[in-house]
Amino acid sequence: MMDQIQNLLGPAWLPIWTLVKIMVIVLPLLIGVAYLTYAERKIIGYMQIRIGPNRVGPKGWLQPIADALKLMFKEIVIPTGASKGVFILAPVLALAPALAAWAVIPFGDTLVLADLDASLLYVMAITSMGVYGVILAGWASNSKYAFLGAMRSAAQIVSYEIAMGFALVGVLMAAQSLNLGDIVRAQEGGFWRWYFLPLFPMFLVYLIAILAETNRSPFDVAEGESEIVAGFHVDYSGMAFAVFFLAEYANMILVSAMTALMFLGGWLSPVPFLPDGLVWLLAKTSFILFLFLWFRATFPRYRYDQIMRLGWKVLIPVTLVWLLVMGAVMQTSLGRFFH
Amino acid sequence: MEFTSVVFYFLSAILLLAGLRVVTVRHPVHAALFLVLAFFTAAGLWVLLEAEFLAITLVLVYVGAVMVLFLFVVMMLDINIETMRADFRKYLPLAGLISGLMALEMYIVLGGQNFGLKMPTPKSADYSNTKALGRVLYTEYAYAFELAAVILLVAIVAAIALTLRRRSGLKWRDPATQVVVKKADRLRMVNLKPQKPGAPVEDEE
Repeated sequence: MMDQIQNLLGPAWLPIWTLVKIMVIVLPLLIGVAYLTYAERKIIGYMQIRIGPNRVGPKGWLQPIADALKLMFKEIVIPTGASKGVFILAPVLALAPALAAWAVIPFGDTLVLADLDASLLYVMAITSMGVYGVILAGWASNSKYAFLGAMRSAAQIVSYEIAMGFALVGVLMAAQSLNLGDIVRAQEGGFWRWYFLPLFPMFLVYLIAILAETNRSPFDVAEGESEIVAGFHVDYSGMAFAVFFLAEYANMILVSAMTALMFLGGWLSPVPFLPDGLVWLLAKTSFILFLFLWFRATFPRYRYDQIMRLGWKVLIPVTLVWLLVMGAVMQTSLGRFFH
Repeated sequence: MEFTSVVFYFLSAILLLAGLRVVTVRHPVHAALFLVLAFFTAAGLWVLLEAEFLAITLVLVYVGAVMVLFLFVVMMLDINIETMRADFRKYLPLAGLISGLMALEMYIVLGGQNFGLKMPTPKSADYSNTKALGRVLYTEYAYAFELAAVILLVAIVAAIALTLRRRSGLKWRDPATQVVVKKADRLRMVNLKPQKPGAPVEDEE
């Protein structure tokens, strides 16, 4: 049947087929975002001995749909002093990288949209552009609170990108490849072969760095509702605000999937008697996402100078020392421990 | 026309337009944003040239880090656009000279055939130029590479040394001492005898 459609469409086949594949990735992602917000409210609710949303639909299952509808029908207010073009561009720039990075994420041994040779680098490059959404929103709003949030966020994201990059250097040293698929395949052989064990310091650094990169609690000073109201998106309303929201949660899912691929064996099964498959990747991603929510319910917000100290004076030296250790050990006969 | 040519002309048009807007747009923040667009489009062109590693690095380093800090500074500065415009004519000859030199250099590189240079042939799809680049960088050009790294390190140290200044009267706490604090350092338990209220005194009448 596929061949028939291919013949029917002729040269238009490739773009249309690619678009279909993009939709197959993006639509479940957006549904995932919607239900991540629901999961967040429910899980934090239970952690604080509350019930969470339970009014819309059975057990509150339709709550995210109701929220989305509400935001769509609200007016988008553009402040008088705002730089209008940049103000509207900013949410788009926040969401686009969060979606574009999914092009190279492998969902299975052959299930990948674009099998890029340097896909790890591509993800890093694309996600590093997400910061533009935040700083442009802060600047274009022409408000002091928004601007403060933007400045905080820009410095924080650029600082933690270094620690995150070094953690990834450890992964690519172990896997000897920049291709995400090859990185997962290098971890074959059950639970004990996954990289979180030999690269444990890198795993911890990466977990902390992704919290800071996605501006999540306890590093959410860019929003900091008790100090600067809501930070960079204080002047956004309606759908423009919702796009920022989407970007934040899409980024969370993205970095969780990346953690699962690089440190937890991606789609590989932990035990030999169960088959590998997409379900393992989803389970591992969900586990990291649960950690995000758990941290939010547990830790108070960091003070800004302490965030900077943690990033520059703790995480970066830890990764540097472990890179040195790895490099030295890989030259000896113990090197097989790392790959 | 081939599809790659269409992409090439599309990206080139955006690149030229963005480059032009960098110098013509009035607001410095908008100019910086057009520069970001120019970098990103240039990265797209490099992908067309099969230099995907360099293209991704361009986005990672220039778009993701350098331009963010650049924007950061431009947003904080209070730049008066009118005074900047006034010097336009003064700097025009110098800028023209530099542009001319750059055009000449580009002609020499791109028109290599005229000077007897061999043009590279496109490699097959499974050729990993990331791996090839890494191999050349760490074997053939290892010394040049390390030299460049050391120069960059010196530049970093110099930049920090220039801006580092000790200010007096700064309130500062050492987080390490805060972390090792024990309960006994902060809390003193005092054993107080319960104070019994005196027996009510009977009114004497």
